[in-house]
Amino acid sequence: MTLALYVPRPTPVHRAPAGAKLLALAGLGALVFAVPTLLVAAGALIGVLLVGLLGARLPLGLLARQARAVAVWVVAILVVHALATDVLTGVETAVRLLALVLAAAVVTATTRVTAMVAVVERVCAPLRFVGVRPARIGLVLAMALRFIPLVAERADRIREAQAARGGSRRGLRGLRTTVVPLLVQVLQLAHTVSEALDARGADDVPRRARGATS
Amino acid sequence: MHHAYGERVVLDGLDLRLTEHRVGVVGANGSGKSTFARLLNGLVVPTAGTVLVDGLDTRTAVREVRRRVGFVFQDPDAQIVHPTVAEDVAYGLENQGVPAAERAERVAEVLVRYGLAGHADHPAHLLSGGQKQLLAIAGVLVMRPARIVFDEPTTLLDLINARTVMQVIAELPQAVVVVTHDLDLLEGFDRVLVMDAGRVVEDGPPEQSVRSYRKLMADP
Repeated sequence: MTLALYVPRPTPVHRAPAGAKLLALAGLGALVFAVPTLLVAAGALIGVLLVGLLGARLPLGLLARQARAVAVWVVAILVVHALATDVLTGVETAVRLLALVLAAAVVTATTRVTAMVAVVERVCAPLRFVGVRPARIGLVLAMALRFIPLVAERADRIREAQAARGGSRRGLRGLRTTVVPLLVQVLQLAHTVSEALDARGADDVPRRARGATS
Repeated sequence: MHHAYGERVVLDGLDLRLTEHRVGVVGANGSGKSTFARLLNGLVVPTAGTVLVDGLDTRTAVREVRRRVGFVFQDPDAQIVHPTVAEDVAYGLENQGVPAAERAERVAEVLVRYGLAGHADHPAHLLSGGQKQLLAIAGVLVMRPARIVFDEPTTLLDLINARTVMQVIAELPQAVVVVTHDLDLLEGFDRVLVMDAGRVVEDGPPEQSVRSYRKLMADP
């Protein structure tokens, strides 16, 4: 499982500010919903592909993998609309979904996590007045991206260990026997991670001056 | 100095002055050596007594102590907090408020030194065990601490990766304290402490301490 999809390339799309890319993504989302026509949705999809493949020089396989991840939903949308409304509306909705998913993938693949987190911190800056530390919100986001694959990996190890000893991997009982040891491991991990954050000066923070690191 | 978790005493009557360049700490599981390591940069403060680093009390000057004493954990997965390699190495520098340009320079330099330059933008969780431990060390070294504490740095590694980490530790200009079960790692050290039930039961050059430790393990 990979949540950090950044693909380094020396392109203008990569160099564009993270805030601008996120704003463009939000704008694209607003546009395809505000003007719900096949022409706009198809135009958005073509535009995203051009920016992703030519502008950002991303590999076709990366975008194809993202499209495959929502293939089931695309098919479901088509089927539901074909039965409930009409095929054209189904195609338009499916193309819209695909355009937005691929646009999000292009933004993720061309933007470092730290740059994205810096935008979140800037957006959350007013929360400072109610006692919330924006840097902490950013750190939580970055850590979520870091630890979700790790926790998934540990869950796999537990399931494998149980399977190796003839344990059941199915049903509610299987879920419980996985969740309890996983929870214990995650709590132990959380304790060590909190120590590691302390050791690396998490509470020092004179100012979180984030930005590209290389 | 004493330390206890509730009723359980884990360190009992320690009175030490560590001035050597390389100090090793060995002992059975549960002997208190990891708690001892954590005392050295203020992750744990003693329940009685004082730990001083360059005259600074870890109880009252913990931030300054942590700037001076880096800490490398046994499990690098617990130490790597950012999704990609370069971002993780930069984390400690961000906390210190190092400007972006200098940060980028120092991160690049340390990644080259530890053979991770080609992985700068790779997801950290896709690295091998050895590379993760090198990344954890790089994340500490980039902060340029004067001393580094290693808590069982080779325990989770295969022989080749363990040797690489040993080599890295051997070449460090900083003073190091290494808690380990890996007796090969102690070769060339200046001083080795043997811990048992929260006490230092041997304190001397590696050969003497390792001999004593082997005897202790053979006849506990």
